[in-house]
Amino acid sequence: MLQYAAIVLLMLGLYGLLTQRNIIKIIISLNILEIGLNLFIVSVGFVDGGLAPIFTSVNNSSNLVFVDPLPQALVLTAIVIGVGTTALGLALAKNIYQKYGTFEIDEMGEE
Amino acid sequence: MKNILALVFTLFLGFMIITALSNNDAFPKYGETDVITRVSQKYLDRSVNGNPGEIVFREATDLESGPANTVTAIVADYRSFDTLGEVTVLFISSLGVALLLGGTKQRRIELDFHPNFMLRVGSRALFGIILMTGIYISIHGHLTPGGGFPGGTMIASSMLLLYLADDEFRAKIKGFKILESAAGSAYVIIGLLGLLLGSYFLENLLNNGVLGDLFSAGMIPIIYVLIGLKVGSEISGVIDNFLTEEGV
Amino acid sequence: MTLISIVEIVISVLLVVLAFLAINSKSLIKAVMFLSSLSMLAVIGFVLMKAPDVAVTEAVIGSGLVTSLFVFTLLAVRKVGNKI
Repeated sequence: MLQYAAIVLLMLGLYGLLTQRNIIKIIISLNILEIGLNLFIVSVGFVDGGLAPIFTSVNNSSNLVFVDPLPQALVLTAIVIGVGTTALGLALAKNIYQKYGTFEIDEMGEE
Repeated sequence: MKNILALVFTLFLGFMIITALSNNDAFPKYGETDVITRVSQKYLDRSVNGNPGEIVFREATDLESGPANTVTAIVADYRSFDTLGEVTVLFISSLGVALLLGGTKQRRIELDFHPNFMLRVGSRALFGIILMTGIYISIHGHLTPGGGFPGGTMIASSMLLLYLADDEFRAKIKGFKILESAAGSAYVIIGLLGLLLGSYFLENLLNNGVLGDLFSAGMIPIIYVLIGLKVGSEISGVIDNFLTEEGV
Repeated sequence: MTLISIVEIVISVLLVVLAFLAINSKSLIKAVMFLSSLSMLAVIGFVLMKAPDVAVTEAVIGSGLVTSLFVFTLLAVRKVGNKI
């Protein structure tokens, strides 16, 4: 069920990215797209009844059934890169507001 | 017109993803994947280059890759070249923000609300607790969930608290820039040391102790402390760039 | 239907509803608050899928960092005096 919610989040984020006219709304849609994508990638590696992939004093042998750890390592990198993209986009939006006085794409005239 | 075209395109993409999901080899049904047929079983058994048998917590010594947390073993040992790429992407984005919003002779942005004395002094107590939690999570990355990246962001969150609770506070940015550059270069130099002394770039030079001890997993706690310091000072620099403007 | 599957269905429905509200809202600060709570529900989703590393990273970044960066950008708008 979480996998289908992740796909709907992907679709909603892409729709917002294509049709919104406000720069802050475009960056919010990009963030929704990235949350949906990370949920989807982690859900590919889920095993019903598996354990979290850490050796502890309770789960102490390697013969137990673990959840797939490789998609989690990839998503760890993807979350941090999403933060970098958002920070750069917001710095650009701040400078755009100081030059043109508005956040809407339709109202920025030729300067 | 454009909205309807975007809607049709998005629905088509969703339909293609869902029909590709139904019972392929690459995408089994949700919750029924067989980890043994994937390459991740070799990461879990630490048997990429040979087979050490069954791994028991606090008894297996000198494995191929030491951490008890398998995700840390993948991020910092098996695929640490990807981590170097991620550190580079964060550096580029922090550089871009500093170029766009920086300058010389800066002061804090004037707002129309001023925090009072209790808030300014009382937040210093909370700053110490958050900093301690960030350092703890960053050091114990090979035993508990977490690691360098959330630990560094928690260190930056403690600086964010000081910025929010005080109207005139500015951190020492020059010290943060020197710390960030030193930590980033130390990571690359450790990798080059592996190339010179060992056989490949970013090799684990110290020996992996007993699985589950604090001083185990070779060089990986040192690498995670360096990454935590680098990420923390980078994001503190980004927050400082957002809250200052030109002026005297 | 065990308790965990009921929680899973409720979280999935809430995720979709919050994303739809965040895109279609008229004021910008409300959209930022919806994005922040969407992040928190995604952390619960990650815990339900047995991924603690990813959950800790997303919790720290989604609640502390991205929300505060959005609010700092919107503060620059408030300074000039426009109504957002």
